[in-house]
Amino acid sequence: MSDSLTAETIRITGHDGEEIEAYLAHPLEAGKRGGVVVIHHMPGYDRGTKEIVRRFAELGYDAICPNLYWREAPGAAPDDAAATARAQGGVPDERLIGDVGGAAAYLRSLPTSNGKVGVIGYCSGGRQSVLAACNLDLDAAVDCYGAFVTGTPPAGFPLKVTNLVDQLPNLRCPLLGLFGNDDQYPSPGQVDELEEILKAGGKEYEFHRYDGAGHAFFSTDRPAYRPEAANDGWERITEFFKNHLGG
Amino acid sequence: MCTYATVKTALEGSAKGPESSWFRVTDGTVYFDHPVHAMAEHTLNIDFTDPSRGPGARVAVELTAASARELVTAIEAALASAPAGLAV
Repeated sequence: MSDSLTAETIRITGHDGEEIEAYLAHPLEAGKRGGVVVIHHMPGYDRGTKEIVRRFAELGYDAICPNLYWREAPGAAPDDAAATARAQGGVPDERLIGDVGGAAAYLRSLPTSNGKVGVIGYCSGGRQSVLAACNLDLDAAVDCYGAFVTGTPPAGFPLKVTNLVDQLPNLRCPLLGLFGNDDQYPSPGQVDELEEILKAGGKEYEFHRYDGAGHAFFSTDRPAYRPEAANDGWERITEFFKNHLGG
Repeated sequence: MCTYATVKTALEGSAKGPESSWFRVTDGTVYFDHPVHAMAEHTLNIDFTDPSRGPGARVAVELTAASARELVTAIEAALASAPAGLAV
């Protein structure tokens, strides 16, 4: 497999038929392959997230990350866009589903598509990855330490976030979950709760939990980075997508 | 974690930057969450903004919890030191 790839900023059709920005990376090699939608973390559509998109292209996938803050802050610096979106209450769930659905449809429209698309999200994007997998036709989903898939947000949270317990029966693809045991949101207890719900519902899932790691252990530019957990996590993701997306 | 918690407040004043220019501040957003730049897992973040001028009209600070508390104390002390009737 060649490691040659190309990456570019494009426009795709998102929720409600609105045009939004997205970052696309794909291998230069010809042939059919799966697609991956990357959901960025709350700090935004930033350099670290784009590096992840390019890594999926290097792994052999057509990969795309929709800019979830495009409507609030078109063309703004990622940190300014994240601050603006936060001040306006965050990304509504319905819009997230529409934007991820648009990104998945874009990947499936590519001539290289084998028809299979997975989704992965980090931090708040982890919750949104599960949300998308409960509402869209996807072939695999990865939740990297998403808070409030289970558990109850503390009272007084101004952002429009609820847990996904009532939606989990609709989960329609295999789920890979990667969590740090030192994380508080999601706490090990909340991960236990999620696992119990998935088990009781007969869902296909695979969880890996890391000692010595907390939240955001994949973030290479933050003090939370834990190479051992992140490296193992990348191996799990690679294997999971290979099995379910035919990468 | 992403705390999601966000406290908003109206402000009246000015801030300097970006590009060293002053702008009118109308809004403040305060939250304890991941920083963009500070080398800490979580910080107390304050955005001083004027939303009518777009997302770039923002002065952002990211402070450790301890230094944020010290800042609160310093602000209170500065206000308390003003002659009666001036800082209202």
